[in-house]
Amino acid sequence: MNPTDLGYLVQFAFLIGALLFAMGLHLMNSPASARNGNRLSAIGMTIAVISELVFVANSSPGIGNWAIIIGGLVVGGAAGLRLARTVAMTAMPQLVSLFNAMGGGAAALLAIDDFVRLSGQRTPEGALASLDGWLILFIVVDVVVGSVTFTGSLIATAKLMGRLKGQPIILPGGRFLSAVALIVSISCSIVLVLAGAGLFNYDTEILNALLIAALVGALIFGVTMVLPIGGADMPVVISMLNAFTGTAVAMAGFVVGNVILIVAGALVGASGAILTKLMADAMNRSIANILVGGFGVAEGSQAAMTSEGGTIREVSVDDAAIQLAYASKVVIVPGYGLAVAQAQHGVRELADLLEARGIDVSYAIHPVAGRMPGHMNVLLAEANVPYPQLKEMDDINPEFERTDVALVIGANDVTNPAARTDRSSPIFGMPILDVDHARSIIVMKRSMGRGYAGVDNPLYVNPKTGMYFADAKQGLANLIAAVKAQ
Amino acid sequence: MNVGTLINDLTVFVLAILLGFEVISRVPATLHTPLMSGTNSIHGIILVGAIALGAAADNPLTGAIAFIAVVFAGTNVVGGYWVTDRMLQMFKRRPVPKADKSAE
Repeated sequence: MNPTDLGYLVQFAFLIGALLFAMGLHLMNSPASARNGNRLSAIGMTIAVISELVFVANSSPGIGNWAIIIGGLVVGGAAGLRLARTVAMTAMPQLVSLFNAMGGGAAALLAIDDFVRLSGQRTPEGALASLDGWLILFIVVDVVVGSVTFTGSLIATAKLMGRLKGQPIILPGGRFLSAVALIVSISCSIVLVLAGAGLFNYDTEILNALLIAALVGALIFGVTMVLPIGGADMPVVISMLNAFTGTAVAMAGFVVGNVILIVAGALVGASGAILTKLMADAMNRSIANILVGGFGVAEGSQAAMTSEGGTIREVSVDDAAIQLAYASKVVIVPGYGLAVAQAQHGVRELADLLEARGIDVSYAIHPVAGRMPGHMNVLLAEANVPYPQLKEMDDINPEFERTDVALVIGANDVTNPAARTDRSSPIFGMPILDVDHARSIIVMKRSMGRGYAGVDNPLYVNPKTGMYFADAKQGLANLIAAVKAQ
Repeated sequence: MNVGTLINDLTVFVLAILLGFEVISRVPATLHTPLMSGTNSIHGIILVGAIALGAAADNPLTGAIAFIAVVFAGTNVVGGYWVTDRMLQMFKRRPVPKADKSAE
């Protein structure tokens, strides 16, 4: 076919692909239709990729080019399939983070190649053949954002996998290095854009060296930005890196002149931005504050550790079982500790048992209950908890007043009433689950250790609260046995 | 990049961001993890650019860059859609029939 006509046809196929992406995301507005939405999106992707392959085939590239394309697809596809089939649901955050790294990395690579091509093309007088400040702007933004995403996401993945400490890692001079890397990267980028606009006339080598400096600066900044961020801040970091990847992909779309990349990148960027905002709000912290890092190690929180000196009431497993078995409404508050103990199935078993006794059971999910947005919901869905029982914070909070027993398992800071009342508390203002409004509270906890924020939890000395000290998995097994005996 | 193309591309970009905000703000918190992994697969569309680069590669450096980009983007696309589907099939309104009986 005539290459121009085929080009139009491929553009049209891309439009359909972009439409299917948007429709697929729209269907994600309910768990009932979400699976079809994802499939619709996958069909859009297939259409786009096949169209591109047809377009490429029409220009009859060499065997080596086919080897690159087909070889890359086979290797990448196999790796993706293997990762997706074997990953445990608790490990979703690191997988998503790894995919962020790949998307950001691929987008940066495209722009680097375009740049090298451009910087070498010269007029007979030795000036850049195509003076184009805009194009260079998109290229450098793509390279810088894509590279920050690449190393930042890899560090986040390593932290989530436990290869690196989850706690904030503060390198001596880390913030200084971070600032220098960012400044170098941005200033080289600005010089490149001005050179692209024709303000300076540099040799190809100098232009390439400037790009390498911007690239290396961005790669270093990605590392130093994520290293000092603590494990519980990961939902914010992952969301933000997701938004970065979207931006990098959209920039790549500007660079290579491909509209579907622009649309897809914009959709992902919007999604990442919304989630970042939701997560930061759920922790009542600004994004800048999280990036500066080190919540648990900040000096302020040490000073605030003043215990109110109340006494703790311990409950036995039988007392806890009686309270639960004769309640009419129970709300379970799962925290990340539950997932760490792999006790999701135990929770569901206990809930089934209580429901069989005619008790109304629901789950109160705080937005940052897991290591990424919505993580706890996936973990509970995996344990066969029906999704209508999973309640968001704003929906469940008014219901605590009518709740007989709130069962808190492996959650701490998100239930801390000091966030509502104590102005001096480091977590003051953070939206919490109002478990203290329930008629009675059972807290299942391994020990009296403090939560991530290192703050005392007045909930534990509340006279309505009974502490049940046990590992989540073992404790639930005992509780199930005791409820059965009732 | 001529001004016309620039304006066209910027228009598409801005409208797509607005569409994204509109559509995504309706996704319930329960589905935020699948949403994120789903959008992850969508940014795998960079694969289209990587394939084009692979076809245009005329020197070893570009070839190597293109190959890595295709591998990254391919992993991203295939893994992203597959794992999102795996997650979404777990979301059920009612437990599986067996669990349902034991609950009654």
